[in-house]
This record gives sequence, C-alpha cells and structure tokens, in this order.
Amino acid sequence: MDLKLKIWRQTGPDAEGKFIHYPVHNISKDASFLEMMDILNEELVANGEEPVAFDHDCREGICGMCSLYINGHPHGPDDSITTCQLHMRKFKDGETIVIEPWRAKPFPIIKDLMVDRSAFDLIIQAGGYVSINTGGVPDANAIPIKKENADLAMDAAACIGCGACVAACKNASAMLFVSAKVSQFALLPQGKVEAKRRVEKMVAIMDDLGFGNCTNTYACEAECPKDISVANIARMNREFFVAKIS
Amino acid sequence: MTKLDSKIPAGPLADKWTNYKAHQNLVNPANKRKIDVIVVGTGLAGGAAAASLSELGFNVKVFCIQDSPRRAHSIAAQGGINAAKNYPNDGDSIYRLFYDTVKGGDYRAREANVYRLAEVSNNIIDQCVAQGVPFAREYGGLLDNRSFGGALVSRTFYARGQTGQQLLLGAYSALSKEINKGSVKMYTRREMMDVVKIDGIARGIIVRDLVTGKLERHGAHAVLLATGGYGNVFFLSTNAMTSNGSAAWKAYKRGAFFGDPSFVQIHPTCIPVHGDYQSKLTLMSESLRNDGRIWVPKKKEDAEAIQKGNLSPVKIPEEDRDYYLERRYPAFGNLVPRDVASRAAKERCDEGYGVGNTGLAVYLDFKDAINRLGKHVIEARYGNLFQMYEKIVDENPYETPMMIYPAIHYTMGGIWVDYELQSTVPGLFVGGEANFSDHGANRLGASALMQGLSDGYFVLPYTMQNYLADQIGVPHFSTDTPEFNETEKDVQDTIDKLFAVKGNKSVDTFHKKLGLIMWDFVGMARNKEGLEKAIIEIKMLRKEFWQNVSVPGEKIGMNVELEKALRVADFLELGELMARDALHRNESCGGHFRDEYKTEEGEALRDDKNFMFVSAWEYTGTDKEPILHKEPLVYENIEVKQRNYKTA
Repeated sequence: MDLKLKIWRQTGPDAEGKFIHYPVHNISKDASFLEMMDILNEELVANGEEPVAFDHDCREGICGMCSLYINGHPHGPDDSITTCQLHMRKFKDGETIVIEPWRAKPFPIIKDLMVDRSAFDLIIQAGGYVSINTGGVPDANAIPIKKENADLAMDAAACIGCGACVAACKNASAMLFVSAKVSQFALLPQGKVEAKRRVEKMVAIMDDLGFGNCTNTYACEAECPKDISVANIARMNREFFVAKIS
Repeated sequence: MTKLDSKIPAGPLADKWTNYKAHQNLVNPANKRKIDVIVVGTGLAGGAAAASLSELGFNVKVFCIQDSPRRAHSIAAQGGINAAKNYPNDGDSIYRLFYDTVKGGDYRAREANVYRLAEVSNNIIDQCVAQGVPFAREYGGLLDNRSFGGALVSRTFYARGQTGQQLLLGAYSALSKEINKGSVKMYTRREMMDVVKIDGIARGIIVRDLVTGKLERHGAHAVLLATGGYGNVFFLSTNAMTSNGSAAWKAYKRGAFFGDPSFVQIHPTCIPVHGDYQSKLTLMSESLRNDGRIWVPKKKEDAEAIQKGNLSPVKIPEEDRDYYLERRYPAFGNLVPRDVASRAAKERCDEGYGVGNTGLAVYLDFKDAINRLGKHVIEARYGNLFQMYEKIVDENPYETPMMIYPAIHYTMGGIWVDYELQSTVPGLFVGGEANFSDHGANRLGASALMQGLSDGYFVLPYTMQNYLADQIGVPHFSTDTPEFNETEKDVQDTIDKLFAVKGNKSVDTFHKKLGLIMWDFVGMARNKEGLEKAIIEIKMLRKEFWQNVSVPGEKIGMNVELEKALRVADFLELGELMARDALHRNESCGGHFRDEYKTEEGEALRDDKNFMFVSAWEYTGTDKEPILHKEPLVYENIEVKQRNYKTA
C-alpha cells in the first residue's frame, strides 16, 4: 500500500508544533500501524532526519504506553484495540492518515506524538490502593467474593491507563480512568474499609490536575481499547455521593 | 580467583529459610530511615521489593524506563501464577511444587532457592488477594485454578488472560501508596547506564534521563537490579521493545558474574513470523494448551497443499491429523513443558509437515473443546486471546485452527546470585528475571510471576536487610566522588564514541543481523560448529557496528536512536557470551539443546557427571576470554533422573 501521512511534529513542550506530510510506499497490509511508523522512521534516519517520537513498548496491547490520535480516533479506527494492535489492512491504498498526539491540558506534549501522562500516576497515588503492607494478611480463601462481583471488578481493573478516554473527551475528563479504579475496589470487600477516603481523594486530585467534567457523551467508552464501561462512572458517582453524606 | 559462595543455610531443606530469617541481622526502625536503597526496574520483582522495603522504613529511589511504573513488561504475562495452595485437593504440596520446578528446570537449579520459592508461593496469593487483585473465582466465591505445562495438578491462579497485568497493578498500587507516603522517590523515563562501585562495593548508579538526555548520579547503601531478561538479543521475541540486557551487562562488566547466559526459553505458542518488517512476536498464553490440541497433517502432501494455500485445515479428516504431542508424550500430552513442546514443533516443521505459507507453524485447534464445552465457555476462558489473534492474523480461531510457532520468550540465565540474591559485587542485589534464577535450564509456565513476586515481596526485604545491618554506620554520601566522576565519564565516552562513528547503517540493521545469527546458531537447537561460527560472526558484526553505525540527532534531548544504539552495543557483547556458554556446555538440558547430545528418541541428554553445575562467567575485558567459574549443584532431597513426560 502507498499512504500519505500527515504527522504532528513538535520539538518540545513549549515549541510550536505543525503537521508535516510524509509519503510512505509499499507497506504490507499485514504490517501493524507501529511497524509502518518504524518503516517511516527508518527512512527518516537514512536521510539524516530526526525520526518521529512516539510512545510504545509491549506492542501487544497491554502496557498502555502507545497512544496516537489517528484520523480523529484515539488508537485509530478499529474497535477494542490499542494503536500497537492496529493493522494496516484497516486502511485503503492511497489514503491520507492524520496522526496527532493526545490533546489534553493535563497531558502536556513532550515531543512530537509523546505526551506526559504522569497525572494518572498522581491520581492512583492519592488512593488507588488498599493500604496494607506486605505480610500479615489472611489466607486468600478467607475472603470469599461473589463470582459476579469478581468478574465486574476484573472488567474495571482491565484499564491499561493509556489515556484514550481523556483524549476522546471534549472536556478532557478522566472520569472513566478514575472510576475504573474506584469501581474495582468498590466491588470487592478488600476495598470497603477505605471506600470514603479513596473516592474523595482521587476525585479531588483529578479536579486539581485540570481534568474536565463529565457531560455523559460516552465518547470515552466508545474509544476505550479495553471496553471499560461508563457504568463505572455511575458507580463512582454513587460512591462519591455516599462518601459525602456519610 | 573469586570463590563462589552460594551461602545456602545449613539444616534440612524445609527449615533453611525459617532458620535464615530467625538468625539474620535486622535494622532497627530509627536506623532504617538513615539508609538509602536504589531499585532499578518496576516490574513484579522491582515494584514489589521497592514497596516492601519502603514499608519497612528504608528510603527508596526507584527507576523505570517507561513513563510510568505501571508499564513494566511483567504486565504482558498472560496465563497465571503458580502456588502450592492445594485448594483443588488434587495432591499438591510445597514439596511437589519444588519437585516439579526442579524437574522442569532439568536439574540445573539450586535446591534451596527453589524450595524457598515454593514455600513463599502461598504467601504471594494471600498478599495479592488482600491488595484487591481480581483473581478468577468459582460460584462459591473461592479462587479458581487451572493447569499449566509440566504439572499433574491444577495450581495456577489467574485473572483471565491478564494475570501479569493484575499482579503488576497490585505491586504498582503498593508502590503508589509508598510514593504518596513520601518514602519512595520515583524516577520515570530513566535508563540505567552503569553501576558505581566504591572500594569494591556497589554504591550507586548512573542513569540517563531519556527526555532531556542528561546523565544523573544516584548514590545508595545498596543497589537492586530488577531489570528483566535479555531475550531481545534475538531482535524478534515476545519481549517489549525497550526490554534490554544493558543493566545486567553493565553489572557484569563491573564484576558481577553472569550465570548460565545460554539458558533461554523458547515459548511454543506464539503467533508465527509473517514479514521482514516485523518488530516483535506475540505470545498466545500457554493456558490455551489446557483446551487446544496441537497437530500437523500426517501426510506431507497435505502440509504442502496447505503451505501453497490450496487446502484448508478444516478439510483434513481426523485420521489424517498427527497430534504429535499426545502421540509422543501420552501422560502429559499437550501440557508438556515449554522446551519439549517447542522442540517437537520444530522437529515436525523441519521434517516438512509444518503449515502456514512459510511451513513454520503448527495448529492449535479448539474444535474438540468447542464441541465438548460450547463456544461460550471457550470464549469466557480465552476470549481476549482469541480476539488478539484475530486482530493480528485476520483469521477467526473459533472456525480455523490457530497457527503457532515457538519464539524467544524468557531468559533463565542472568546475573549469578547467592541464596540472598546478592551478586558477586557486594551490595549489588539482583531479582526477578534479571538474576540467573530458580528455573534451571527451563522455566515452567506460571513460574515467572511467582519468582518475581517471591523475590520482591518475601525474599529481598529480608536478605537486603541482613546486608544493610552492616551499613548503619555509613552516612548518606555525596555523589561528588572520583568513582562517580569516572563512571559517568565512561558512560559519556561511550555515547561520544557512538556519535563519532557517523556510519551509514541504522541500529536496527545491526540488531536484526545479530538476531538472525542468534536464532540460527544459539536458538532452539545448537551444535559445536554453529556456535563457533556464531562467535566469529558476532565479533565481526560488533566490529562493523563500531565502524558503520549511524546515530542521528543530538546528544542532548530525546534521542530514541541513541537509546537503541547503546542497548544493541551491549547485545553485541552479550550474544557472544551466550554462544560461549552454549559451546562449553557439552550436554543438552532444558532449553539448551545441543544436536550432538540427545537420546535415541530425540530427547535432551544431560551429562550430570560433568555438567551438574551453574556456569558463572567473570568479565576480564572486551575481546578477552571470560573466566568460567562453576557452582556445583547438589541434590539431596530429590532423585535426579531423566525427565519423563511419557508416563506419570
């Protein structure tokens, strides 16, 4: 396949960015999207140009490192996958592909297509855990958990922290990310002890970091590579309400 | 010559760890605050150790290469984690887990370490459940188990096909809690460049900030490396793109011995290679072998027709299918250990029975399981894996059998450590896949997660404390010392040297060439002639690299090509050591298979008389022959025999 790439280039956080056009040729339809980017970068390096910086690591859709806003969609046009799992067979020969970084104030651009998502770590640090230390815990089977709840908790825990939900949201809201973690613990007995503290702290820091509000467009759920449900947002709102009146 | 002291505690096997803990040195809470520890890597071993050491009261500095500690490559482990809980009442015990692990490793692991691993395995499950890890459960609310290769019991705990992710997020949550408390200082997007030694003791590290390109110095009373394996020396592997061997290699060059570098695990169930632009291989979890049956056509003409695209596997009748694992290993069938399954696949493909357009693939078929259990059950068990397969291969595995082929997955070899997980450099500890580990010559499925968390939560917090008890008189020290100056200068010199080459070949060109040499001669089957050839070819490639590599861009600021060049420079040395190690070991054991040493039936043939030892290599200088040290392996609690997976 031959493609026309329109890629956002920006040398640093404070630099002005712009789109640059790059043609690529003879791309196999079985290549992954990031392999196509590798081929482009290899060409740029051969010409003595700076390769395009983008985040990626595991290349199997689990580490959450890859991002990219492709033709107006976080992680591209395919459903339920990350950019690294996207394959070129999803595009047409001759197509123009527009590639941008996540755009949200709490995720400043580092370079080209790389953004700083440490805001997500700060939210988890505020309360995304059970405050127990290593050792001195009960036998694993001493805590029976309803299978349905364990499954729902797992659905929420599948979040990879990539930030697609924030990138998809017109308000740059982090509600889906935060609610996935709050829900995981809200559904499990281990999380009950600190439920009030957790939701209050995580929501407070989310607001402080400059993430926007949720206006129920569900764009986050539609673009989430792990199909995290907006039902988690409802659950977090419930948790938050209960925390405020208790 | 440094003497190898494995420091195995005296006493009966089952009491060694208890006795060690009862008599070890401890540091009082007030003194812990005065002690600094560096942890490099935030996978299961590093993340768990950093959190646990901080909980004890030490000051911990943690470094990771990704933008967040939650993204370490432990996250990609799919299938599960072993523990000797015996919840299914199927006859498991600590001894049996110990036995299976030593046998699975083909009797090349240290008894005392493996027993300790089996012993603490149960604590790991308790710990993770308390953290809120959503393991799979039965309707009664209790934990579910499944089976993995090399075991006759079901002892594997799992969280769908994302067990590594959930366990890592557990460790990450514990680490986040400690960062919030203020006793862990987290440094992301940093890569370790070297270890700094003062008076022969590890006292710090030099790291490169991958965003600014600046070198930084960090000092501490002890350093823990939990930097993962070096499978990416093969270029194509199931490892993440930034997984590399440089931290371990730098430790080796500073005096830490390298243990069994040639012991590499080739995982039997990966999606086959499809093109020369390919950047990595994707694993399909071993758990699939619980329900999938592996086969190739019985008739060569069928295989050839499939390779040409003229025949569909679903058209091949039952009697024309060769379920070769079930045929060769009736007792374990499709659940033989990984090394055995990988070699059997290679054997069939080499004989011309392979499928796919390259002929380098075998089928993993769920037809019988779907007929027996229904599609919905298979979907519930493996849905995410089937989806992953379909996205990559563009075929529906519910209808057409999956195609799989072995790929580089894990390195059993690594920095040699004693019972305390301390290397031959005092103060330098190594955990997880980065150490030469408890898996001998072959790791069983679902044991990597167990070892990472065992080292991190339950071993290193004790053994490092035993070491640090000696250090309470050492004040926080400055990094403005001649040793830090010199080591930083060494790193800067290497970077300058890379830029000075100004060649015309990209780093990846060299990496791919190295990968092919490694796969052809130091891969699934090795022989003397090939290994000797590999050593020469790697040396030549290394020379060419330093004459002709192109590193564009600037020294300051982000430079991905420079990062890759630094890693590949180390792989070009490490690959040679792997070939040397494989060459000297004139036997076959586990994942190390030498064509010259096999039974009549083609199974690995060990030479216990001459090779029942750990090879620990000492660095003597680039382009100089390393010195081989041997740690004899003594089996007092287990009968050493040829591995047999044909009968129970």
